Amino acid sequence: MSVDAPARDLVRVRGLTIRYGDTAALSDVSLSIREHEIFGIIGPAGSGKTSFLRALNRMDEFTPAMTVDGAVEFDGKNVRDWRNAYALRSRIGVVFPLPVGLPMTIYDNVALSPRLRGIRRRSELDEIVERCLTRAALWDEVKDRLDSLGSLLSGGQQQRLTIARALSQEPQLLLLDEFSIAVDPVTTMRIEDVLKELKQEVTIVLVTNLVQQARRLADRTAFFLMGEFVELAETEQLFTGEVADPRTRDYVEGRFG
Amino acid sequence: MPGSRPHAEIDRRNADWYVDKLVQVTVFVSGVSAILFIIGIFVFVTIEGVGFIANTLDFGEFFGSPAWRPTSETKPTYGALALIVGTASVTGLAMLVAVPFSLGAAIFIGEFATGKVRETLKVLVELLAAIPSVVWGFIGLSIMNPLIIDVFNVPVGLSILNSGIILGLMAAPIMTTIAEDALKAVPDTYREAAEAMGATRWQVIFRVVLPAAKNGLVAAVLLGVGRGFGETMAVLMASGHSVNLPTSVFDSVRALTATIAAELGETAQGSDHYAALFTLGIFLFAITFLINLAADVVVRGIRKGK
Repeated sequence: MSVDAPARDLVRVRGLTIRYGDTAALSDVSLSIREHEIFGIIGPAGSGKTSFLRALNRMDEFTPAMTVDGAVEFDGKNVRDWRNAYALRSRIGVVFPLPVGLPMTIYDNVALSPRLRGIRRRSELDEIVERCLTRAALWDEVKDRLDSLGSLLSGGQQQRLTIARALSQEPQLLLLDEFSIAVDPVTTMRIEDVLKELKQEVTIVLVTNLVQQARRLADRTAFFLMGEFVELAETEQLFTGEVADPRTRDYVEGRFG
Repeated sequence: MPGSRPHAEIDRRNADWYVDKLVQVTVFVSGVSAILFIIGIFVFVTIEGVGFIANTLDFGEFFGSPAWRPTSETKPTYGALALIVGTASVTGLAMLVAVPFSLGAAIFIGEFATGKVRETLKVLVELLAAIPSVVWGFIGLSIMNPLIIDVFNVPVGLSILNSGIILGLMAAPIMTTIAEDALKAVPDTYREAAEAMGATRWQVIFRVVLPAAKNGLVAAVLLGVGRGFGETMAVLMASGHSVNLPTSVFDSVRALTATIAAELGETAQGSDHYAALFTLGIFLFAITFLINLAADVVVRGIRKGK
């Protein structure tokens, strides 16, 4: 995989509408996410950003009230048509807004996904655990207590553990849902640096409430507002005022939201 | 309006204050009464048995001899080994039946069943738990007994097998309820995180939910063990009630509890036989106490993490 290869679409969304019961959370979204880009999604709370992420890896199936219409293609095929939803999800890492340290040791948290893939050799697992924790900027803090419970870490540490766990899936696509909500600013910056590097290997969708975070990281950014997909542009354009819709400029400049 | 409320108000005990005091005292008394009852029972049982334990009882015989002949005219013996083995073997078999049954049921109700199915199952399981033990005894006597005789071609169907199965079925509903509560207490975020990772339903349950619910599951099993040791009527009816060191599950046995229930009414108060039965009671009490203590230690150990 070379970065210089012409960008290919990893995700293609056509006419995506998401409803909870009779209420539409997101209407008629069509966009594509290119391989090896950081794709930012900004918008105030309740705009349908999280619902959008859930549709990408068929997590809507966990919520009976949630219905998804339209087409979501991953790697050239509708996600509904991939026969093994579990294998699909294992290629898509997710980081939820609130950290979920699973009630097992730090080591087991990160080794869980490799183990699910069938990796048993201790040396191989050791290597994965160290690499993922290092990338998530957590290794130095926990390397001496890998055997203590992951759920006992502080909120910010648990979030980095969650990121390490997502990375341990060696995902093609990484979905970050407001990952920095529970993380202090210094660590946030460290993780942001890691994300910029990761771009070489994975495609990242970054949902964020912090417009400046999208500006720092995202190559292109989409703006969602109250369930409407307002526009998508190169991030720099959005922030320098080259917008198609005045509401985007208002939001980016902090006039509402 | 500051200053308009008189100072005396904060120096007066009003109705609210007294109600609060009353509630505190009532709750305290209720709480402490549990401790008093336990101590009371222990003291009562001990007083009735202690003279016998000190003067007459031979511990070697009690724990080492299967000869329980308290009514012998010539030389009464008080060997409880057969009764202990009887209770232990019936309880052991009951757990072999109940643990897989109740865990399986709890996993199905808690993780797979939804809506009406789930609600119906929960009600049915609770209904099962409410069946009186004497009814289970009936089932042991009149259904299981001939069934075991037919199927295994043995002369007697009142045995460890019979009472173990009956006791297992009796203990399973309450164990299911407790285990299901334990599964329900596992936050959905854990399941979602594992599912988002690509774990299958089984992997989510086996690798995340069950380990997270370990405490409650251990508690459920130990509750079942306690139930097995303490159950009297169903075991009395289904075990054959004969003093016997069993060599197979088709042998009749007699349980500690059943012995007390069957014999206590026919003994003279204060006699050696009477005191010997209380000694069995003390022993049962001690076992139950140890099981609960073990449960506590295990649960604490798990909670503390590695």
